[in-house]
Amino acid sequence: MSFRPMFVVFKRWRYGNYSFVILLSLFYWVNVKAQTAEEVVQKIKTKLDKINDYEAEGKMKTNVAFIKAPVATVKVFYKKPDKILILNESGISFIPRGAVNINISNVFVNMHAFDIIDGGRDNTGLRIIKLLPKDDTADIVLSTLYIDESSMLVKRSKTTTKENGTYELEMQYAKFLQYGLPDKIIFSFNTKDYKLPKGITLDYDDGSEKNADKVKNKKGTVEINYKNYIINKGIDNKIFNR
Amino acid sequence: MWKLLKIELFKIFKRPRTYIAFGAIAAIVFLFQIALWFDGKTYIELILSNIDASFDFSDQFKTRLLNGYFVCFAVLNILLIQMPLLVALVAGDVIAGEANMGTLRLSLTKPIGRTQYMLGKFFASSIYTVSLLLFLAVLALFGSILLFGTNDLVVFRSTSIHQMSRDDIFWRYIAAFGYAAVALTTVASLAFLLSVFADNSIGPIIATMSIVIVFTILSEMNIPLYDRTIKPYLFTTHMVAWKGFFYVRSDEEGATIKGSIENLPAILKSLSVLIIYVFLFVGSAIWIFRKKDILS
Repeated sequence: MSFRPMFVVFKRWRYGNYSFVILLSLFYWVNVKAQTAEEVVQKIKTKLDKINDYEAEGKMKTNVAFIKAPVATVKVFYKKPDKILILNESGISFIPRGAVNINISNVFVNMHAFDIIDGGRDNTGLRIIKLLPKDDTADIVLSTLYIDESSMLVKRSKTTTKENGTYELEMQYAKFLQYGLPDKIIFSFNTKDYKLPKGITLDYDDGSEKNADKVKNKKGTVEINYKNYIINKGIDNKIFNR
Repeated sequence: MWKLLKIELFKIFKRPRTYIAFGAIAAIVFLFQIALWFDGKTYIELILSNIDASFDFSDQFKTRLLNGYFVCFAVLNILLIQMPLLVALVAGDVIAGEANMGTLRLSLTKPIGRTQYMLGKFFASSIYTVSLLLFLAVLALFGSILLFGTNDLVVFRSTSIHQMSRDDIFWRYIAAFGYAAVALTTVASLAFLLSVFADNSIGPIIATMSIVIVFTILSEMNIPLYDRTIKPYLFTTHMVAWKGFFYVRSDEEGATIKGSIENLPAILKSLSVLIIYVFLFVGSAIWIFRKKDILS
């Protein structure tokens, strides 16, 4: 073996070792620096805790299989710890039960009542954190949060209840990102069958209700596109007594 | 013709019987409005009970739902089934009443044709029908708006709920009242036809009422055999098509399309059926009357 090939082998071995050492260090650093589920939850809670109240204006679209409703202009009022009101100032809006969950802060109100479980990551890289109530009699069975760790924002949540099925909340952030408040939310909920006897409604049969069975037991959604937020300006408690 | 019409209208509005219908309508509308004014919340809760497991209904929601447009729709839902009976009170009397009083033969000694005479009577009955409907519109729509105010209208169908914004409702009522005028004219023309056969007004009035009741029951029954065979041909099936103006279309996301009607061709088809019935009944009445030997 000549001197030159021996040098190449040595060089390759040496660089290979360096790469290995660097990778090992990175792996160690990532593992040491990775935040625990509790830490992530705490950071988000701290961020959301800065908001004591808000009044938001937006457009609400109700999409339920058996309801045809116009797009409504609504105001959403929130006050710590868990007061929330969706108000159509002039018209009528069908507000689903469990709409209190449209505000993600509600999940973080009684954190001591939940066990925090790390659920790993989903295929889009969002951190999954599950909140399991310590109390067996609680209405909430499980809450799952999908968190973007780089911005510390909850992108999605799923809450399963004993009485009212599962609620899902999807949030899109843009203009109000720094407050952790979404620009758009899509709230999904379970709907029960709707049927009134024809003897009561005395319907005109125009042939449009032939596919009525298709609307049974579907999921409904409420979509709110927020136009603006007025944050921490104080809201009177009376407004929630409607 | 105009003079003949004026005479016939004078005869109709001179009779105390004519005002029974106006009184009955006023009583029903007022009683309904008073009941809803004092206990409308219970009525609303009854309607909403079917979906209150999925939705949260605040007191404000219930108060707004119970607005003038909603009350008017509820009144029409009840009254437009009863109104044919009130229409028959007068339309069933126009020929038979004259025969009963013995004035029919005398009337026909005047230099007018039998067709003209019959058309004058029919138009007078139709004007009475429309005036009854206008009276109902004023009381039920404007009265309810005055008492309960305006807001969005929510119509509860058997398997769907249709909501219209408040600025998209008034024209629907105008269209619905227009349609109802044709529907009630159909009943008036039936009573008018039956009136030709009798010498006493009780017979055609009761016969019209009976036909309307039986046909309405058949129209509201959900028996597949009748759905395909009898129902499409009953005029009572098409009389409720005024409601079609309050059934709206929606986009893919379920949002109401402003100014839309869910199935306008179906309404127009029903309207055509009613108009055919009117021509059929009035044409038959004139044809029979022209051939009839008038003895009274």
